[in-house]
Amino acid sequence: MSIQTSPAVNHLTANQLPRWTPWAVLGGCLLVAAALSGPMFGGFNLAGVAFVGVLAFLVVMHVLATVVEGRRKATDRLLTHLVAGAFCLALIPLVSLLFETLAKGLPRFDVRFFTYSMRNVVSDGGGAIHALYGTLYVAGFASVVSIPIGLMTAIYLAEYGRGPLAKAITFFVDVMTGIPSIVAGLFAYALMSVLFGPGTIMGFSGSIALSVLMIPVIVRSVEELLRLVPNELREAAYALGVPKWRTIVQVVLPTAISGIVSGIILSIARIIGETAPLMIAAGFTASLNNNPFANPMMTLPVFVYDQYAYPGVEREFFDQRAWTGALTLILLVMLLNLIGRLIASRFAPKTGR
Amino acid sequence: MTDTTTAPPVATGPTVPPPQRPKRRLGDVIFSRLSSGSGFLILIILAAVAAFLLVQAFPALVSSPEVLKTKGYGEFWSWVLPFAFGTVWSSLWALILAVPVSIGIALFITHYAPRRLARTLGYIIDLLAAVPSVVFGLWGTMTLAPATQPVYQWLNTYLGFIPLFGGEASGTGRTLLTAAIVLAVMILPIITSLCREVFLQTPRLHEEAALALGATRWETIKLAVLPYGRAGTVAAVMLGLGRALGETMAVAMVLSGNQVINFRLLTSDNPNTVAAMIAQNFPEASGIRINELIAAGLVLFVITLIINSIARLIISRYSEFSGAN
Repeated sequence: MSIQTSPAVNHLTANQLPRWTPWAVLGGCLLVAAALSGPMFGGFNLAGVAFVGVLAFLVVMHVLATVVEGRRKATDRLLTHLVAGAFCLALIPLVSLLFETLAKGLPRFDVRFFTYSMRNVVSDGGGAIHALYGTLYVAGFASVVSIPIGLMTAIYLAEYGRGPLAKAITFFVDVMTGIPSIVAGLFAYALMSVLFGPGTIMGFSGSIALSVLMIPVIVRSVEELLRLVPNELREAAYALGVPKWRTIVQVVLPTAISGIVSGIILSIARIIGETAPLMIAAGFTASLNNNPFANPMMTLPVFVYDQYAYPGVEREFFDQRAWTGALTLILLVMLLNLIGRLIASRFAPKTGR
Repeated sequence: MTDTTTAPPVATGPTVPPPQRPKRRLGDVIFSRLSSGSGFLILIILAAVAAFLLVQAFPALVSSPEVLKTKGYGEFWSWVLPFAFGTVWSSLWALILAVPVSIGIALFITHYAPRRLARTLGYIIDLLAAVPSVVFGLWGTMTLAPATQPVYQWLNTYLGFIPLFGGEASGTGRTLLTAAIVLAVMILPIITSLCREVFLQTPRLHEEAALALGATRWETIKLAVLPYGRAGTVAAVMLGLGRALGETMAVAMVLSGNQVINFRLLTSDNPNTVAAMIAQNFPEASGIRINELIAAGLVLFVITLIINSIARLIISRYSEFSGAN
């Protein structure tokens, strides 16, 4: 780490590569890699060219920076490139997945898909109306069960909770967020087996499984929001002689309502794509079932798995339906996410800060 | 809850008047009971999860090996061991792949990207978390596996002398490494978002002190950000591990797994994971086999419970010491 001093040059700009250097080197390396693509891979190969080109860029850039700028700055540059590269690396699966789902899901994204069930369908045609209804029923009942419990628990933790019980609840809510989804499904199945005899499968059982996954998410997000409500509001209400419960219902909750609604929507988005618990607790069927309290009920994620895992003779039709189901699912989740975030940002409470 | 039960039974002088209590309104009592009751309900639910799993797993745990061999999948512990191994082994590789990338992304968003872009970039990574696991499974088996197969072939041919890459390369690409890549993509957003929060909590003064001493950006991160966030990063990694251990559908669809213990990454003879095995076998199971599958689920539950509890303990300890307040 010797400091090079030569009195004639400007210390602020000497020994520094121009700002455009990394881009130029990157472009050059990619071009060279593309040119050498033939001998290396026997033909143009996008992934191979990108890999070799980026690797060469890192090496060339590091050597160049070490020579011109010194070891410390070169290390800094290398790490900057690696960190930015990590981000770009994560984009590859995201873009690839969205592109594939769109490309393969759109051909069957038609009216038939949303009006027909799979009853008596053996190859082409058919749809997922039974799965869509099932998803609505199961997610709906899961919300009915989870929202009151989650909301009240969050209120307890934020407004009342002190002492060991609150600490225990906080800890176990956190632990609950880590329950594997399939274990939640097995729990609902075991519960139904004990209550109604072995092998009882119904839509509501799936709702119970999803509730186990949904409650902790609601508790965490709502509790966080309630803690954001400024204390001055509560104190002002108390000073007017308003009882605590009315303070919570009429002052605290309305202040945070947009965040609460968006948190609940996001929690629905989180559980609506769950497959494993529904497969176990709600089962498979090819027909529409409008009774959540008896007989198996198909749901959209299970539909996707079913089409993929148990195809008939003409596999391409089953794969098509699987991709279309996946596309519908992604659109559903994205839509819920978008609504949730919009509500959160549009109607955000004005906090004291 | 109410504070009426805390008074110790100490004899007080007869002259001391009872302390004046504020009047408790009926609405208050009902509301506080209701909210503490639902908090209590959560503890009950968690206990019920363990209890009902235990009840349904019990027959498989106590049945004689002969019964399990003839009517079930085989003697329980020797049957579940390969799957437990597969769960840990695939999650380990998912971590190896995901942790450096996640920490890199978290650093990129918190310390490298322009402030105005940071939020958007965070959303983009969160998009990955919004994709349902069954879609990841579909993508992994239909897109990723065929795309990576030539790479596996190459690794197997030229680096086959390394035991991990040895054996005969899979022709479909549905190997343990593919499953690990899919798992890595799925746990990436969790680790990233937790690491982001941790890195943002670094005291600004620590960073500025490092910069004032002439440290480069990377040296600042190395000196101030990473040491400060070490505990939080470890906890984030463990939460990611918990998620990877319990991930079901993606592995069930991507991995062509068997009941083996095999360290090789590129063959078609892979150890299956507990969760994926349950998902694949449950629809056709009956009788004692269901009990055995539920017992396997209980094993998974216990493993993830331990991992998550440790992670949460680290986080809560960490937040007590953090300078955030």
